Amino acid sequence: MHDVLIIGAGITGTLIARELSRYQLDIVVLEKSNDVGNKTTSANSAIIHSGCDPEPGTNKAKFNILGNPMFDELTKQLDVKFQRNGSLTVALSDEELDSLTLLEERSKINGVSCQRLTKEEVLEMEPHLSTNVKGALFFPTAGIVDPFNLCVHAMENAIDNGVQLFLNQEVISIYKRNGIYVVKTKSDEYSAQIIINAAGNYADVIAQMIEPIDWKLTPRKGEYFVLDRLEKDFVKHTIFPLPSKKGKGVLVSPTTSENYIVGPSSEVIPERDDYSTDGLTLQNIRQQALSMVPEIPFGKVIRVFSGLRPSSSRHDFIIEYAKTDKHFINVAGIESPGLVSAPAIAKYVVEELVKPNLIIKPKNIFSPYIRPYAHLNEMSDEERDLLVKKNPEYGQLVCTCEKVTLGEIKDILSRSCPPHSIKGVKRRTRAGFGRCQGGFCQPKIVFLLANHFGISPLEVPLDENDSPILVSRVKEIK
Amino acid sequence: MEIIDLVIIGGGSAGMAAAIQAKKEGIDNLLILEKMDFLGGILNQCIHNGFGLTEFKEELTGPEYLQRFVDQINEMKIPYKLKTAVLNITSEKIVTFSNRLDGNVSVQAKAIILATGCYERNAGAILLPGDRCSGIITAGTAQKYLNIHGYLCGKRIVILGSGDIGLIMARRLTLEGAKVICVSEIMPYSNGLNRNIAQCLDDFGIPLYLSHSVSKVIGKGRLEKIILSKVDENFKFIPGTEIEIPCDTLILSVGLVPYVALLENIRTPMSSTKGALVNEHMETLIPGIFTCGNCLHVHDVVDFVTDEGRLAGHGAALYINNQLPNQSGINVLPKAGVSYVIPQKITSDNQEDITFKFRSQKPVKDVFVIIECGKKLLSKTFKNALIPSEMAMIKLSKEKMGALDSDITIRLEGK
Repeated sequence: MHDVLIIGAGITGTLIARELSRYQLDIVVLEKSNDVGNKTTSANSAIIHSGCDPEPGTNKAKFNILGNPMFDELTKQLDVKFQRNGSLTVALSDEELDSLTLLEERSKINGVSCQRLTKEEVLEMEPHLSTNVKGALFFPTAGIVDPFNLCVHAMENAIDNGVQLFLNQEVISIYKRNGIYVVKTKSDEYSAQIIINAAGNYADVIAQMIEPIDWKLTPRKGEYFVLDRLEKDFVKHTIFPLPSKKGKGVLVSPTTSENYIVGPSSEVIPERDDYSTDGLTLQNIRQQALSMVPEIPFGKVIRVFSGLRPSSSRHDFIIEYAKTDKHFINVAGIESPGLVSAPAIAKYVVEELVKPNLIIKPKNIFSPYIRPYAHLNEMSDEERDLLVKKNPEYGQLVCTCEKVTLGEIKDILSRSCPPHSIKGVKRRTRAGFGRCQGGFCQPKIVFLLANHFGISPLEVPLDENDSPILVSRVKEIK
Repeated sequence: MEIIDLVIIGGGSAGMAAAIQAKKEGIDNLLILEKMDFLGGILNQCIHNGFGLTEFKEELTGPEYLQRFVDQINEMKIPYKLKTAVLNITSEKIVTFSNRLDGNVSVQAKAIILATGCYERNAGAILLPGDRCSGIITAGTAQKYLNIHGYLCGKRIVILGSGDIGLIMARRLTLEGAKVICVSEIMPYSNGLNRNIAQCLDDFGIPLYLSHSVSKVIGKGRLEKIILSKVDENFKFIPGTEIEIPCDTLILSVGLVPYVALLENIRTPMSSTKGALVNEHMETLIPGIFTCGNCLHVHDVVDFVTDEGRLAGHGAALYINNQLPNQSGINVLPKAGVSYVIPQKITSDNQEDITFKFRSQKPVKDVFVIIECGKKLLSKTFKNALIPSEMAMIKLSKEKMGALDSDITIRLEGK
């Protein structure tokens, strides 16, 4: 029997696991996918929001404001790219100037530092902004992060501190046997004293396995464009329109990988696994983005994708005990600003919800630091040369577009939360992320994964296990 | 830092021809850097025949064609490094490369030839609508899996785009036992060579749907089906024309793009071909940096890539020997009916015959190609057909061109 079982290895689940791994506990994480962070965590705007716009008094406001300042230390410990580039909310009409004033007042109530800018000031900060801009609010504490690798590294750190992760474990039922929770997946059975439900878009389904609930989740789809590397500082800050009831609107932002991201749309959809993109929606995003930044070179789009936000019927994060049992904790409806809130949510869940129900002692040996990664792009020629002399695999490029070496891919395969799919490699190392989108390097990575895991190349998936790339050996087609 | 007269980046058809030419012209201190495990580039996976008709007056397979150049490289003792990727070049011509043996190395070149080829446009670039399932693959990648590694990417296949690699793959996959259901082309005409339409589709009864594109891909894990729709003259889907086609694979053959990241980093001025602007020596606007082959503009016939490589090798040899004329010169501009022309610049004291390479904007019949320098007519050539997928060439002797005093234009005129 385990002490704590976490369902879902997204950013919320993995940060909770890491937080719990500070204590002398037996912790398991179950994940439906073949990788951590494979759904909402890897398909969002990747923004560490300042906390200016959530309604004061809500969980969203509380955890956003607590979470934002945690990112400097957290990303340092977990060796994840993070940059406080600041965000700008821009007004494009006189009516919007009034709304800007309302947002300024709200950010004051939320205690978020904020600076009002005139048209001239904002155009000086961002010369590519539309000259229709009337004014803006500048939020210096906003930032950008690599959310997927934050999640992977949090899991890796948690595993290195004793947590167990089981992939490909879709939970099908939960019940109590002799006062202990039994969690059944399609292939296995686990038991634990405390269950933490961090199942993302399926958190309501999981919650209902033990009791009727008075809330539900509706997926809200957001579609995005990713652009190739543009001229340096095409935009430096994250540019937002004024927020509306539907959300924060279409933003234009640099990413930590020096690409640019444009999106999202916001559309309630009936299906929880529909990650398709649609021409008309993308066209709308494009129009909205161009109204703020008219010179976005959409000819440099390298990818479009969509993500699903788990929107709760309470319009707020649900972070609480199940109604009938304090040993079952729901962490649900973690939509925007979920990413920035995640570290604060993790702390709250452990300190305020788990601790009162479990006798726990801190570990004697806990390291919040991850084994450092080799950042080849940040090295001088001499440092890089030295590294190659030590390990020649760092001299051999696998992905030319993003300059990813065999050494880097072998390194992630040797770690405690390795990838099992082409996408897993891509999101961790950026191999296949560039302009050719894996056209050249995908075959090499397929055979690398096959060799590493001792499987046939026919079994190497693009993403989930049901997404094989190759179907047959030549001459063996049936 | 080691000084090397000529560094050639890319050991495919263009790079090998450039190296051989430069060596013939006395450049002994040269080096080819190739990222793959072998010389020859993409030709290694082009195991079909049809190469060499111009160059050797023979019909060769890709590997046969490239081997003739590899043999020359070896005979001439031209040095090359395999599995070696160039990380960076500077406008001062410092080349930084990396491989397992040498580590991370910078060399000072006197001249650089970029022959880095092209890459395939992919699902992201064309904003392919629908699910993000597996089974969507570019034609060249599918070709590599099949011809280099021995794996098939699918069994029931639709091909989007009628570019040459897509057509070649339609035949190849059919021969390997896969079912190629159809080829769909968004344009009202094919983008492949006519001989490939005949030999790869017609001979196998594979239908080609013109003015059709994929309006949706559907599949949870692996591709399950696609929706094919007719498009209007603005390439918008026409509602009511949808055809649902169950399939496990969609092969994309939707265009090739010059691979010029290294040139972009040093802000080399670019042209509409998405390659660099060049003069008649294939020299970019950064003196001493040359480019040729598919990273300059995408070719349809490898023999012409070889030719262009020689031109760049010749230009680089002249440059290294300080015999290259000053860069300032005149522009060559595509006008009515012409999508692009190479070279885009001619040096003012040009000493060479020049072959103008160009493509028509759309298929045309019975036209004159008119090349003028200002108002002076340089040549008027009749062509009974021009199609965008086949590069056209007109060679003008230096005598015929005479002194060039204003911009050169090239245009099409009806009979």
